[in-house]
Amino acid sequence: MIDDITRIAAAAPALIAGANSVDELRAVEADLLGKKGELTLLKKGMGGLDPEGRKVAGSALNDARDSIEAVLAVRRSDLESAERASMVATEQLDLTELLGTPERGSLHLVTQTWDRLVDVFIGMGFTVAEGPEVETDWYNFEALNIPAAHPARGMWDTLYVDLGDPETVLLRTHTSPVQIRVMTDGEPPIYAVMPGRVYRRDTADASHMPVFHQIEGLVVDRNISFADLAGTLEAFTSAYFGGSIHSRLRPSYFPFTEPSAEYDINCVFCEGNGCRTCGQTGWLELGGCGMVHPTVLSNVGLDPEEWSGFAFGFGLDRLALMRHGVDDIREMYTGDVRFLEQFPS
Amino acid sequence: MKVLLSWLQEFAPFPGDDPVALGDVMSDLGMAVESIERIGEGLDGIVTVKVLELRTHPDADKIQLVDVDLGDGEALQICCGATNLTVGDVVPLATLGTTMPDGMEIARRKMRGEWSNGMLCSGRELALGEDHSGIYILDPSLALGLPIVEALGITPDVLFDLEINPNRPDAMSVAGVARDLAARLGLPFAIPAPNVDELAGDASSITSVDIIDPDLCGLFHIRVIDGIKIEPSPRWIADRLSALGMRPINNVVDASNYVMLELGQPNHTYDLAKMPGGALRVRWARDGETITTLDGVERNLTGGRDGVIVDASDSAIGIAGVMGGASTEISETTTTVLLECAWWQPMAIARSSKFMGLRSEASARFERGVDPAIVDLAARRLAELLAPSGARLVEGSVTVNGELAPTPAVRVRTSRVNQLLGTDISTEQIISLLTPLGFVCELGGEDDVLSVTVPTFRPDTTNETDVIEEIARHYGYSKIVGRAPTSAHTGSLTPIQRDRRSIRQILVGLGIHEAMPLPFLAPGDLARCGLPPEAVTVTNPLAAEESILRTSLRPGLLRAIAYNESHRTDGVSLFELGKVFALPPSGETLPDEREHLAVALAGRDATAAANVWALLARTLGLNDVVIDQSAPPAGLHPGRSGVLRRGGAQLGEIGEIDPGVLDALGLHERVAWLQLDIGVALAAPHGEHRYHHISRYPSSDLDLAFEVDNAVPAASIEAAVRSAAGPLLVTVSLFDVFRGNPVPDGRRSLAYRLRLQAPDRTLTDEDIGGVQRSVVKALDALGATLRG
Repeated sequence: MIDDITRIAAAAPALIAGANSVDELRAVEADLLGKKGELTLLKKGMGGLDPEGRKVAGSALNDARDSIEAVLAVRRSDLESAERASMVATEQLDLTELLGTPERGSLHLVTQTWDRLVDVFIGMGFTVAEGPEVETDWYNFEALNIPAAHPARGMWDTLYVDLGDPETVLLRTHTSPVQIRVMTDGEPPIYAVMPGRVYRRDTADASHMPVFHQIEGLVVDRNISFADLAGTLEAFTSAYFGGSIHSRLRPSYFPFTEPSAEYDINCVFCEGNGCRTCGQTGWLELGGCGMVHPTVLSNVGLDPEEWSGFAFGFGLDRLALMRHGVDDIREMYTGDVRFLEQFPS
Repeated sequence: MKVLLSWLQEFAPFPGDDPVALGDVMSDLGMAVESIERIGEGLDGIVTVKVLELRTHPDADKIQLVDVDLGDGEALQICCGATNLTVGDVVPLATLGTTMPDGMEIARRKMRGEWSNGMLCSGRELALGEDHSGIYILDPSLALGLPIVEALGITPDVLFDLEINPNRPDAMSVAGVARDLAARLGLPFAIPAPNVDELAGDASSITSVDIIDPDLCGLFHIRVIDGIKIEPSPRWIADRLSALGMRPINNVVDASNYVMLELGQPNHTYDLAKMPGGALRVRWARDGETITTLDGVERNLTGGRDGVIVDASDSAIGIAGVMGGASTEISETTTTVLLECAWWQPMAIARSSKFMGLRSEASARFERGVDPAIVDLAARRLAELLAPSGARLVEGSVTVNGELAPTPAVRVRTSRVNQLLGTDISTEQIISLLTPLGFVCELGGEDDVLSVTVPTFRPDTTNETDVIEEIARHYGYSKIVGRAPTSAHTGSLTPIQRDRRSIRQILVGLGIHEAMPLPFLAPGDLARCGLPPEAVTVTNPLAAEESILRTSLRPGLLRAIAYNESHRTDGVSLFELGKVFALPPSGETLPDEREHLAVALAGRDATAAANVWALLARTLGLNDVVIDQSAPPAGLHPGRSGVLRRGGAQLGEIGEIDPGVLDALGLHERVAWLQLDIGVALAAPHGEHRYHHISRYPSSDLDLAFEVDNAVPAASIEAAVRSAAGPLLVTVSLFDVFRGNPVPDGRRSLAYRLRLQAPDRTLTDEDIGGVQRSVVKALDALGATLRG
């Protein structure tokens, strides 16, 4: 029996080496070590031996098995490597040969700008408030210290709708009515921004649309001052436009703020050196701002001696156009996919 | 408002060396400089020439050949397109090498074969006004070859174009701008007293005034000017008016305009000869009253809205504060005028001019509020300007008062100033900032509280905050140091704002582009899309296409798809998140305004929309919303659409656009459609994704195919599977749908894969068999039979 074991063990390496594929090797392995393999059969024959003989034979069998398995493992690894190599050699792909790349959609430029602005203001501790697009005269004008027949109403070309008494319900001309709603519905301290869609009776051209977007900010708290307004806008300016862009405030007039100011930033195209876009001034007019008018605070039931606040607002569409160099605002609103897909993020 | 540097300098010694720096100060004071124009610059090389001969161009109808003499007797040929030349005219010639004010260089050029040795200039080409109707004809007695600057006596000047805010009535005059600027620069400001020599007489015996409606007119001041001789104004007056954008007419009209521009007091001159009795009355107009104004237009007046000045016979001779009437207009024969300087109620003039659609330089000033204290100064200044022509004021005047609010004294607290501005300005500093502006500051009994009397030319300033704005303006906004509010406050998005971002990210990830069509529709748009036509209408739309507020996002997105199809882009996928407006519920004023999400997938069938919805519903956790195809929404494909429902509430619609609607809109592709009222859908609790324990034991899959009637929705089958499979079910998915032989007509095979797993053990064959038996039994109740 020992002889048989020795013979099998000696013959095995040649048999294993003769296998030329993993499949062939599997067959050789079955012949040698499988359930009907020679070593297994010998093992079954050990029952006829005496205990000493069984021990010797068992030990020899185990040794033979170990050595065969070691040889098998080496050969298997070699064959597998070879097979992988030949498979890989036939599996070349040209990664520029693409069919049907999955498409990603795009957020509208207004949404992208909206989110970017809102994110900066959230970082500065502002909440985000919204309100209806169709408003009453009270929220859009009266409460904001713009009584009927006030010459300042000429600052907004208003679209009215056929509801209620004539010229009492309108498409909001600015996001400022949301300020009134925020102050009426809530309590100070208020730190809120109000992005939204607004309407003007305007014919569409390269820089105007009857429908566009604004974002306003409102702060009402104790001891809020013009200096807080200046500081807040400066912080926003550098956060949104970059650290090299600064803000300035110039006296202006709005019925709902006093003192009122124009909010300018360094021209983002020439960084303040003067170029065609900024008319050589180095500055871009961004929007308006000021201290909330005492009459507005009174209109919403806040005591102007106890509370003070500031508000600011500017157009959102223009920022979107500026960032991407779009020269005609109408392009944003046709729904032309050739436009939309240019701005995947 | 335009102002000339030289004119400003009549009121304060402003430096002339750096107009840009001066403009920066004006801007910093809130009088934004829109442009600065240097008059008399850029005219080097333009000289006087005499027209010697005019010849037709042999080869061009619209060009004349002009021979001109520069003073050397030689004829120089110029090609010229203007037709207002006659032989002997003296005109300006831009000689070769000249750079024109607009930057154009003059070179020797051939025009249709004829040489042009320079360019004859119009007023506009010389930047001397707007006239471009012909060549600027000069005084024929001028020497030839003279530089134009010398010939016209142009003194270099600077023209500032300022944007004046509505709360700055004082800055609607040259003197007012000068006052503000002088105060900031610390320069002495004074309005020179007019030097007039009055004619003995008594104006009050010549004219009379009666203010019938004192709520219309606060003050009516009238003077008589005699010895009028109508002639052209002196050059300097005409030039200044032209520079500020007003056309010179004659000495009387020009003097009137000059005073308005200089002092901010609009005024009116009546030809006394055309006013029998010289009596004037002031009252509100009556309905049906008409007047022909100076511009020759007959206008209908509205009672109680428009104010009128009437003569002795009670006929209107002027619209109060807006425009004079033609019947008393100054003419060549005028010898005596009544000069009116009045103060009109600003709101009345604003209303009148707005509703009449008639805006004038006068109404623009009256509606902001003019200074009631300068009527006498203005009248004498006008007389002073007219004196060289021989006109003189008759002694005496008629002044009648109506209702005029007294100038208020405002209590100004230094502490409030600093609290509102975030500054540390002293009371003394406040006094020194306000005093040069004409505010009179008095220290009251309290410490650091001023009693500030507002000057009559600042009617906009009536309370403490108004005064604080003036303090801030003259202190300088740029000197207020920014800081950030110090109280604790946190920012965040609301749940719906976060959900919107999720929705957008999901849709973008699915390859869908966000569009923003305008929310306006044209009449018929809703009907064409299969929607009810009831909608909120716009009262004053600019175009019929923008006269209706959308009740659905459908028309806008379908139009965008049509736009893309017409530009050869098929298969477009668009979504929109936006407001829609339904008529107000009864008792409400505002429309029922809702926020909708809509998805339109061109070239795709309804299942594409259903897949988008499945993904949205799963991500947002809207598990309880079902698709109900029993009553397909109007305008959607009846066999391929349904409503999205949660309990009894309809949240949206889903499916495919009706082929009839596609045809009506000229769309050639199918369009899969999804619309969701996100306000309602997201208002209920949702999106609470609870953790489910993941078993560590092996799972088993059970594939079951059922034959089911077409009428039974797959969703019902799946729901039955879920409920029958019990707690061992991990997932169930439909992996095959088959119609056709051997499945009978009207039925289809639905194959589901159930993944089963126990939390605490390996499943046995018995477990799996049990699930299969209960699922088969449950589905039997729905008429679904297990296929072999």
